[in-house]
Amino acid sequence: MMMYEELRNQVISLLSKQTRLDGRKPHEYREVKVETGVSKNAEGSAKVKIGDTEVIAGVKLEVMKPYPDQPDQGSMMVNVELYPMSSPEFETGPPDIFAIELARITDRAIRESKTLDTKKLCIEAGEKAWMVVIDVCTLNDAGNLYDAIYLAAMAAMKDAVFPAFDGVKLEYKNKTEEKLPLSRVPVSVTVFKYGDHILVDPTNEEEKAIDARLTVGVLENGNICSLQKGGDVAIVADDIFRMVDLAKQKSQELRKHL
Amino acid sequence: MGEIQVKDKEVVVPGETLATGMDFLPSYGTYREGDKILASRLGLVTIEGKVIKLVPLSGVYHPKRGDTIIGHVTEILLSGWRIDTNSAYSAVLNMKDATSEFIARGADLTKYFEIGDCVMVKIINVTSQNLVDLTMKGPGLRKLRGGRILSVNANKVPRIIGKQGSMVSMIKQYTNCRILVGQNGIVWIQGEDPAQELLAVQTIKKIEREAHISGLTDSIKGFLEKNRGPNAPRPQAMNHGEGDAQ
Repeated sequence: MMMYEELRNQVISLLSKQTRLDGRKPHEYREVKVETGVSKNAEGSAKVKIGDTEVIAGVKLEVMKPYPDQPDQGSMMVNVELYPMSSPEFETGPPDIFAIELARITDRAIRESKTLDTKKLCIEAGEKAWMVVIDVCTLNDAGNLYDAIYLAAMAAMKDAVFPAFDGVKLEYKNKTEEKLPLSRVPVSVTVFKYGDHILVDPTNEEEKAIDARLTVGVLENGNICSLQKGGDVAIVADDIFRMVDLAKQKSQELRKHL
Repeated sequence: MGEIQVKDKEVVVPGETLATGMDFLPSYGTYREGDKILASRLGLVTIEGKVIKLVPLSGVYHPKRGDTIIGHVTEILLSGWRIDTNSAYSAVLNMKDATSEFIARGADLTKYFEIGDCVMVKIINVTSQNLVDLTMKGPGLRKLRGGRILSVNANKVPRIIGKQGSMVSMIKQYTNCRILVGQNGIVWIQGEDPAQELLAVQTIKKIEREAHISGLTDSIKGFLEKNRGPNAPRPQAMNHGEGDAQ
């Protein structure tokens, strides 16, 4: 933290003038682009760009034996890979704490919103059920991977169709028209705090100097389905209200891309 | 008899033969192997009489004696500070080269420079083992407070500075920012108005992108004219007391 004291002061002094290092307003996103169907072999896929940040998500559907404690339900899983090509900070090897946190933030917003009806994923109770595997990989990290990864995962899920399955054989080449049973569209927005100021969509420069961040999963009706706090500085109840309000407001903007 | 294998101003890649025979001398960016002179990096060939050298087009900064650079403090040593030079080699700023003040034995060196501080320093020596020594004694050399740091390709620094500092003075005139350019590709910018500061950053990025295109000065001047806000200061006379790093 101390390492970026100068940068932090700079960001805060700019925020008090309602501007930022790259000239944006504090509550302004960079250009968001969502493209679906980018992978032929995945059941669903999406490429998301937020400014120069770029990620790809793919959804695979597998038939597995349901977990013993929920024999009548399918399941879902999110995995995030941070490739060294996308940032000098990322190393090869097993996922580090940051990759795991990103995957869990994404997983939580989708899971806790109950958007995916896992009972409908069951094919034969106790024997066969669909497992939704969401893989997200980064192409370039220019800041705010949190929202880019979430958006890619959700867009890929909405794009996904079931492959043909006759009860015995699974034919990935043969796609059906049937989409995943999604009842809601949760959107996850990460709000960052610097001193007394809050902003969304930081660049990687700004990300270095954050005090705290709060990722908020928001449903269409404005209900909150998930929260995750990060950063070294504590936040008080008043901060949380401000950050959640901003997240709700911004979620409407991001939802248009889904 | 030796023979030159390439034309003047030709682009060459590492390992390419530039000349044969012993009649030519290898200079910056080239080396001799047997009776050949080969290129050691990607660049433009410059032939000056018998001397063959390269103007590099890419690659990282390599510390050179006499360069004025901008670095940041990474470690407090027993009698000085370790400075990151934006290259493969870190440098040491010794206590006696940092200040003319008397520093008592065992004093807290963080009073002068703290880890993360940005400093404008000059390279006084680079040993054969690439140990770099720095000094802060000289005009314009100091700790940089506030402002923002921009990192550019070190090979484009001459274009950002321009002939006798013409390019950087032009940006200063139009944006009213204080700008310092280090030879290692680190640029420090400080302006009163965030919008003006941003314009300076965009201009420098544009120069970095278009460094190889001819008529750069005019295109940059046009860019500054076009993007200068309506309330922006009129370009004033040159030199407002701020030392350039050349």
